[in-house]
Amino acid sequence: MELSVRQMSTDFLILGGGTAGCYAALAFCEKDDTHSVLIAEKANIKRSGCLAAGVNALNAYIVKGRTPEDYVDYARADAHGIVREDLLLTMARGLNKTVSYMEKIGLVILKDENGAYAARGNRNIKINGENIKPLLAEAVGKEPRISVLNKVNVIEYIVKDNRVIGAYAVGVCEPVLYVIFAKAVLCATGGAAGLYKPNHAGFSRHKMWYPPFNTGAGLAMGIRAGAEMTTLEMRFIALRCKDTIAPTGTLAQGAGARQINARGVEYEQKYGTTTSQRLHGTVTENAQGRGPCYLRTVGISKEQEEDLKRAYLNMCPSQTLKWVESGKTPSVQNVEIEGTEPYIMGGHTASGYWVDTDRETTLKGLFAAGDAAGGCPQKYVTGAFAEGEIAANAVLKYMNGEIPMISDWESIKQGIENFLNGADSEYTADLLESEMQAVMDEYAGGIGASYRFSENGLETAALKIGEIEKKAELLSAKDTRELVYIYELKERLTLAKSVIAHLGARKETRWNSFAENTDYPNKNDSWLRFVNSRLENGGIKIIFRELVKLGETYEH
Amino acid sequence: MSIEINGEKCAACGACGVVCPGSLISADSLGKAVIKRPENCWGCASCVKECGAGAIRLFLGEDMGGLGGRLSVLKEGFFTLWTIEKPNGQKETITVDGRESNHY
Repeated sequence: MELSVRQMSTDFLILGGGTAGCYAALAFCEKDDTHSVLIAEKANIKRSGCLAAGVNALNAYIVKGRTPEDYVDYARADAHGIVREDLLLTMARGLNKTVSYMEKIGLVILKDENGAYAARGNRNIKINGENIKPLLAEAVGKEPRISVLNKVNVIEYIVKDNRVIGAYAVGVCEPVLYVIFAKAVLCATGGAAGLYKPNHAGFSRHKMWYPPFNTGAGLAMGIRAGAEMTTLEMRFIALRCKDTIAPTGTLAQGAGARQINARGVEYEQKYGTTTSQRLHGTVTENAQGRGPCYLRTVGISKEQEEDLKRAYLNMCPSQTLKWVESGKTPSVQNVEIEGTEPYIMGGHTASGYWVDTDRETTLKGLFAAGDAAGGCPQKYVTGAFAEGEIAANAVLKYMNGEIPMISDWESIKQGIENFLNGADSEYTADLLESEMQAVMDEYAGGIGASYRFSENGLETAALKIGEIEKKAELLSAKDTRELVYIYELKERLTLAKSVIAHLGARKETRWNSFAENTDYPNKNDSWLRFVNSRLENGGIKIIFRELVKLGETYEH
Repeated sequence: MSIEINGEKCAACGACGVVCPGSLISADSLGKAVIKRPENCWGCASCVKECGAGAIRLFLGEDMGGLGGRLSVLKEGFFTLWTIEKPNGQKETITVDGRESNHY
């Protein structure tokens, strides 16, 4: 099979048409009326990224009486100090504007009797977010300067004179190599699921919290191109409804359900209430024989129950299906909870590209926003929007001159065709993916290891991942869909190596479960600094960076 | 967690394959939708909502405690009618008004 080559050019190339990517495109066109924008998306922007199924609430909003600085305080405390306050503050200042915009394009938001948004706690507002992605896609479709290239999988940046000038992508459904040139590139490809063995390793292996189709493409491309990455050791592990991996916030913050152990004892306060502590509490209760743990929903009213069924249909329909098909609805049976496998993402935790205050990465011409951008946790949906807008503003300032190009992509094309035309492999991408997930689970702190790891285990993990990488080069693909599976595996392996290096580099346990190092089980405040990394001469170089405080601006 | 596609009901419009975030749905020789790798489904229900023919239903895999129920969707204006067929054949329909916010 030979690939045809399609060469394209645009002023502003956005990789990933999810939450941050779509919003960045819209925000860019609001400020500028001359440049072209191209969104390259692996699926279809109508239902892609984290919001494909919908979302139940907006969890980052500055409610009446609160300030953006309050939001920074909250996120700093939740991350046990490891945050970029410049990034958090600029994001927090942009949150509410994005909500106004979303309401304008049709998002339904709950109002109180005075017409103000009804708050759910200190930072949240209630919506009907089932159609949030179709709304964004519709708005993008109305903007004539935005083109969308759906069903393409980006595989590598195009770099010229130490500047990112575009990206290579392969068609998901057609044997096409896309060579896309741009004046500036935004990485909005999201984070990564699938590095670790999931809750259900069999038929339901993709019933996970984070989209299984977010495979860390943009992060791996950045690592390979020599970008500095940050805080990959702060993994995100979600506390979820058992089996369906449905959100718990709707029950906990929404319906006021408390976490209880098998003896009916509320245990949350014993461990603390940061995101990692709430998870760790559940893990510990289980480990010490007081599990399983639940959200106490028994006794809620029938009306509340009907509201909950509808709320879950709007974001995670499997939970409603489970309740109804079993007859064990939340008013009659407490909802069991469990931790997911670890994910790498910058929207809840702080993993991702190391960016300056304007969201430019350490690679010239490359910007990052949303789950791909690090240092700024607790973004949620609106924070990803706000970061998309900040990056779009910076891109506009950066733009000048002609669209740069190169003329030789034969080696990239050859590399792809080798997978398509090579001899049949004795391995499959699926098999190697399972092998990788088992290694990460056992030696790098997965569910099976109660999220704990040791230096010796990490060394073993690094060796085994290296061996799987060699096997992955021998894989063969019968069609483009299989080809994409190979690239997804390679992305995950690249990222897994960096995650292992980061886990080993932070010699303390700042976040139980998220990064629990059994050789260094305590928190040590000499580690109130960032662990960053960069690929140099084929090896991962660890770099330590100081925290950035409120009022400071960070430049590379 | 996955979907099943009823080939007899499928109108071969291709809409499900367009929206599937995992690009898991393709067309057979008659243009009817097929899912070759049901174990790769995330369970987002994008295809179920997109299908105007009611040919796609969501189910929970046995390995995650699924009991055989099936979830399908019918859209009528602002309303989304979600119908769950229980293992005993009984049906429950839950109507969501797209103009109303969630209360939680």
